[in-house]
Amino acid sequence: MSQTRPISERLIFWLPFAWLVLFFLVPFLIVVKISLSQAALSQPPYEPVLTMVDGWDGLLSKLAGLSLTSYDLLIEDGLYLAAYASSLRLAALATCLTLLIGYPLAYAIARAPVGWRASLLLLAVAPFWTSFLIRVYAWIAILKDEGLLNWALMTVGIISEPLQIMASDTAVLIGITYAYLPFMVLPLYSSIERQPVALREAAADLGASPWSIFWRITVPLSRAGIVAGCLLVFIPAIGEFVIPDLLGGSQTLMIGKSLWVEFFDNRDWPMASSVAVVLLILLVLPMALYERAQMAQVRS
Amino acid sequence: MNKPPLITLDSVTKRYGAVVAVDTVSLEIDAGAFFALLGPSGCGKTTLMRLIAGFETPDEGRILIDGEDMAGVPPHLRPVNMMFQSYALFPHMDVASNIAFGLVQARMPKPKIKARVADLLDLVQLKGFEARKPDQLSGGQRQRVALARALARNPRLVLLDEPLAALDKKLREETQFELMRVQRELGTAFLVVTHDQDEAMVMAQRIAVMRSGRIEQIGTPLMIYEEPATRFVAGFIGDANQLEGTVVETGQGLCSVELAKGARVTARGASVNGAKVVVMVRPEHMQLGGAGLPGLVLDCAYRGDMQMIRVELLGGGIVRVASFGVQAQAMLQRGSQVMVSFAPQFARVLPS
Amino acid sequence: MRMGSVLRLSGLLFGFAFLYVPIALVILYSFNESRLVTVWGGFSTRWYGELLANEQLLDSVVMSLHVALSSALLATVLGTAAAVSLARRKRFTGRLAFSSMIFAPLVMPEVITGLSLLLLFVALDVPRGFWTIVIAHATLGMCFVTVLVHARLQGLDRSLEEAAMDLGASPLRTLFSVTLPLALPSICAGYALAFTLSLDDFVLASFTSGPGSTTLPMRIYSQMRLGVTPQINAISTLMMGGVAIVLLAAWFIERRKTAAR
Repeated sequence: MSQTRPISERLIFWLPFAWLVLFFLVPFLIVVKISLSQAALSQPPYEPVLTMVDGWDGLLSKLAGLSLTSYDLLIEDGLYLAAYASSLRLAALATCLTLLIGYPLAYAIARAPVGWRASLLLLAVAPFWTSFLIRVYAWIAILKDEGLLNWALMTVGIISEPLQIMASDTAVLIGITYAYLPFMVLPLYSSIERQPVALREAAADLGASPWSIFWRITVPLSRAGIVAGCLLVFIPAIGEFVIPDLLGGSQTLMIGKSLWVEFFDNRDWPMASSVAVVLLILLVLPMALYERAQMAQVRS
Repeated sequence: MNKPPLITLDSVTKRYGAVVAVDTVSLEIDAGAFFALLGPSGCGKTTLMRLIAGFETPDEGRILIDGEDMAGVPPHLRPVNMMFQSYALFPHMDVASNIAFGLVQARMPKPKIKARVADLLDLVQLKGFEARKPDQLSGGQRQRVALARALARNPRLVLLDEPLAALDKKLREETQFELMRVQRELGTAFLVVTHDQDEAMVMAQRIAVMRSGRIEQIGTPLMIYEEPATRFVAGFIGDANQLEGTVVETGQGLCSVELAKGARVTARGASVNGAKVVVMVRPEHMQLGGAGLPGLVLDCAYRGDMQMIRVELLGGGIVRVASFGVQAQAMLQRGSQVMVSFAPQFARVLPS
Repeated sequence: MRMGSVLRLSGLLFGFAFLYVPIALVILYSFNESRLVTVWGGFSTRWYGELLANEQLLDSVVMSLHVALSSALLATVLGTAAAVSLARRKRFTGRLAFSSMIFAPLVMPEVITGLSLLLLFVALDVPRGFWTIVIAHATLGMCFVTVLVHARLQGLDRSLEEAAMDLGASPLRTLFSVTLPLALPSICAGYALAFTLSLDDFVLASFTSGPGSTTLPMRIYSQMRLGVTPQINAISTLMMGGVAIVLLAAWFIERRKTAAR
């Protein structure tokens, strides 16, 4: 039962779709393609492969000569694998930390008097509206050897020697936790706030103490928010570049930084592309989970 | 006879800012009773129930359960359980876990919980539904799970907040009898809050009628219907014709009341000469014909089992007359002149 | 109950302290005469003065504003169109692909998006500069706009649109005279979000910019690499002041609206 729609309406539909295909989907295919080429000292710095210019025969001959050089390198050089592992570890740890700080915050906002909630939530999310770079930068002044944290700890007398936090994984962890906290608070808040009061009252009525209401009712019912918040932090954190670059040290391995270095410093575009492709493959599962959570929310 | 009542409310008052939600209410509920709090929305009945459950604290007065003052006792330590209007079933737990919730909190051993849940499912006729989630149940089934959950801990009193409001009309009637059966079988006291007078009349042994935070009358359904204490109760429960007038003669429990334009009627009740009163007569106690008040038929509504005739009295005012002998009466023409009469024992004098 | 409130309050205070102490320090040190964070050299607006003399930085501010204004406009148009399509056409081939492409950029690591866009521009032989940054930012921004507007459209009473059509309005007319005006608050919020994202973005801009198109975050980043300079504190303070004013205004308007109701 198809009815013809006016051009204007079809335009509204096709324009954003076409835009995303052109500027989001196609670029990934190009990344995959370039990851299979050889690095070269030219501009652009790679050997083009797989074009239809040479016709079918040319394509087939090129297909035979596809290069897996970058992937070989990637697997052989333990540094990349270590960077993937360390990215996953740091992102997972940071996700736990954000949840640990974000849940009490979101819970307190969701249980604040109704008239306060919107303002408190705005306050929690407001840092997101300020520059990401600056928020990360702010931690340098706090964490460096002659920074505020060490100064404060030494003044109080807890430590006698400055702690070396800056340029370490700990600093990266703090930075990610800090920068991504609003992404955690927002979905948590909405999943806690919309729970009917009657459910908690019913639990109290049935003998549950406030503590067990929290663990048996509030937390399980906010599962969707926890999942969404964790994925919103975990996925982008894996590929984070700015935070390990500014707060991390030379020994800090994060895959986003490796990609950046390959691309900008080594100008090895095929290598950077294969790093990206492998990262994408790693992200397929969490992304699928995240998409599913989003779809479920859209439907409800 | 000397046993203290299960619940005693002693001059309980609850205010929200300037609004007095519950105004010096005193009330007693006996063990095993089926009690209804009846009133229009906003009359304070839900607040009163929440005071008993412990979700609100009274500003004044005391609440005693089994003679024990409940001040400072949080909801989870009161021997009272509630069935919420929305049922408030935990959406992430199945039927069995919902019912078992209170038992787990009470640290009952697992096998005992299982047996108790099975008994309760039996009681509310939901065997085989243990593993369903609340969103896989119909409205009536959810209601029964909520009831079973509220009963699980063997409370002294179950509070039911508009237990039938979320059900459709047909189901509501069945469920009324279902609730009465469960209550009878268990002997647990039920306190139902409702705005529906039929519901209260059918189910409850005693009814408290509330209005703007105060109790207007407490009594059996019969008393409340036949002997309403106030105009409000008379109008809220059942249909009532109310004729305004002045008492001109009293004696032997009867009053002679002069209505507007000089007509006189006799009604039961105590009053004093010269008092402004209302004479209340139920439509089914009025007849057409006989010596009475003259009027013109406004319209007739045929209702199957009876006919409701509205008559505009020549002396002013409109009364409704229920006529059950529909065939004999035939349909009355609009504008026909009729006489409306009633026996004095069915008419009541109420303060204006 | 009392214990609970204490725990809640401490969660709130700790969370907000964690969020705001670093920001407060940046603001504080923008007025510090000394270069050292542990030394208070006295109140000074010196760094603001240096800032105003830094022409490169001011150029990048102009550049960033241009990029943000244009890309946010593009993102709003595209995102609103996408939201309308998703909300009003429940079933079409490729709906899943469409919505996946809407949600994916929200979490996709920026290095991947940036790299892939750059490779596209190279493959198409597009000279990199102002417009390539705008396209990159619009692509990211439109997804945020779509999510915001879509949520709003889902919440709207469908019968309002049906009433308009019943009264003789064409679907397009209905869209422009009923649907979009009702969704306007979320469209504005979407524009603001896309604008902020663009102004804030460093990674995508680094990949897609060309010579002579350096945005503010790129400039700030290169200054940061050179070491801590209080000038960054100063410009951060100015930017956060701007954001604070906008947010406060939004909060105030929202307050008055709820109060009026």
